[in-house]
Amino acid sequence: MRGTLTIARLTWLEARRRKIALAAVVCGLVFLAVFATAAFFAHRSVAQGVVDLVGQRIMFQMLLQVGLYVVNFLVVACAVLLSVDTLSGEISSGVIQTLASKPIDRAAIVLGKCFTHWLMTGAYLMLMALGVMLSVWAAAGIFPPHVPIALLFMWLGATVMLAVTMLGGTRLTTIANGIVAFALYGIAFIGGWVEHIATVLRNDAVRHVGTTISLVSPADAMYRRAVHELQPSGALDVQLTPFTPLSVPSGAMIVWTLAFVLVTLLLAIRTFRHRAL
Amino acid sequence: MLEAAIDTVGLRKEFARNVAVADLSLRVGRGEVFGFLGPNGAGKTTSLKLMLGLVEPTAGGGTVLGAPLGERDIRARIGFLPEHFRFHDCLTAAELLDLHGRLLGVRAPALKLRRNALLARVGLEEAADRTLKTYSKGMLQRVGLAQALLGNPDLVFLDEPTSGLDPLGRVLVREIIEELRAGGATVFLNSHLLGEVEATCDRVAFVKHGRVVHELLLAEMQSGLDVEIRVADADTALLNGLSEFGSDARLDGGLVRLRVAHERSLPAIARWLASRGTDLYELKCRKKTLEEWFIEVMGEDQGPG
Repeated sequence: MRGTLTIARLTWLEARRRKIALAAVVCGLVFLAVFATAAFFAHRSVAQGVVDLVGQRIMFQMLLQVGLYVVNFLVVACAVLLSVDTLSGEISSGVIQTLASKPIDRAAIVLGKCFTHWLMTGAYLMLMALGVMLSVWAAAGIFPPHVPIALLFMWLGATVMLAVTMLGGTRLTTIANGIVAFALYGIAFIGGWVEHIATVLRNDAVRHVGTTISLVSPADAMYRRAVHELQPSGALDVQLTPFTPLSVPSGAMIVWTLAFVLVTLLLAIRTFRHRAL
Repeated sequence: MLEAAIDTVGLRKEFARNVAVADLSLRVGRGEVFGFLGPNGAGKTTSLKLMLGLVEPTAGGGTVLGAPLGERDIRARIGFLPEHFRFHDCLTAAELLDLHGRLLGVRAPALKLRRNALLARVGLEEAADRTLKTYSKGMLQRVGLAQALLGNPDLVFLDEPTSGLDPLGRVLVREIIEELRAGGATVFLNSHLLGEVEATCDRVAFVKHGRVVHELLLAEMQSGLDVEIRVADADTALLNGLSEFGSDARLDGGLVRLRVAHERSLPAIARWLASRGTDLYELKCRKKTLEEWFIEVMGEDQGPG
């Protein structure tokens, strides 16, 4: 535990000193400022009576979902970019040698780095997602339900990518690791849309293909579950926007995702323990 | 021999089809300052990483400070300065040492004292609060050295410790090695600077193609002398007679060469030559340097293993 916490602290110091945390917060705030401005002008337009009340709610619901869609992508990108170089970079530069020659389990290095990046990803998600929700609430008075559980699902999706990238970092070079991580996210993304289209077409065979893809890479499934949780109760069976999930990942998929993260991290630890440094 | 600080038997490491270390059997006694010499690519750094547990052996095994290779807890008693010391350059020297001290399990009050003492010892007291990215190469090597000594180690691996250091820095490394020796620690020194090795080590091993090909006690090396004699008529009878005074007597052009154990053999040789009526024109002696040993042991083929 001592080793894990020391490495976690070091990882945080590095993120702070290298201005990684600052850059993420500043860019996040710029995004939120743009989003809030858009929400404000959208509200000013509808206040002139151009759109009826139902239309207004649908429009702001759509704005919220688009905002969260972008936030989810940014959070996943944050999880990948934070961790993509953390092991592979230190292995190739040799920085890891003096750490790994200390009396700590190599698992402490993996877990310490992962823990800090996980917390940073979570904090970034809270900032961005709550910023988007509060912008819509300030503009139109709409605030989605089940926010805590939805944020946990989004965080779990980002954690999938974090774990995958940590595993990649134990074997691959930084660039190869980044390519693999984003390719896996792309696969997850396609899996979600395949399920979405299959539901529209009522084609179970195609839906199973989408589900299988989501099993291979469950990051996007957790986002879809989060968006489902954020739907107003009356709108659960209606596709308000193209971003509204029609195929909702089940409880079994959530359990699978948790197991996926756990197994991926265990594999990362196992691989790193045997890696020649 | 002394109790072993390092004892390896048949240590082998393959990376895919490349054999980095073929068969390393090595014993280093506790308290020894041991030099590990070989050409580039001979497997020195990989051998060192095998002993530190940074690389798992393909075959063979051994012990370090009595514990099997790679055992975690024993690393608290081992210091290590890698060949190209890399670090988290966003940290200050004090922060870097605190980090490594915590990983070693040194507690806060003792750690601060030890850290400050080491920074002073390596001449970085005033630069302690500067981030490492502002350091010169020599300063980085010094902070790396401090890092290696942080846990009061019983065994210190130094991989090219004088790399990037100016003459004063080299003297500092030599002094620190002497201090470690005086404190009873074992030092495993991997260096290309044979003069440094000669000045500091008790014993050296020459490694070639991933195996130890020769070991040399430096005290013995320094006691031996190479003798060069120029006489009027050198023949087999002369060589046979000179062989009584030393070893490896041979004709080399117009000169006779042989190796003697002590300087006091020289007047005896001169007297013997005079007694047999041989005209002596020149009698020279000199000590064989480690560099000459290196070239002799390694031979022409010094390619990587």
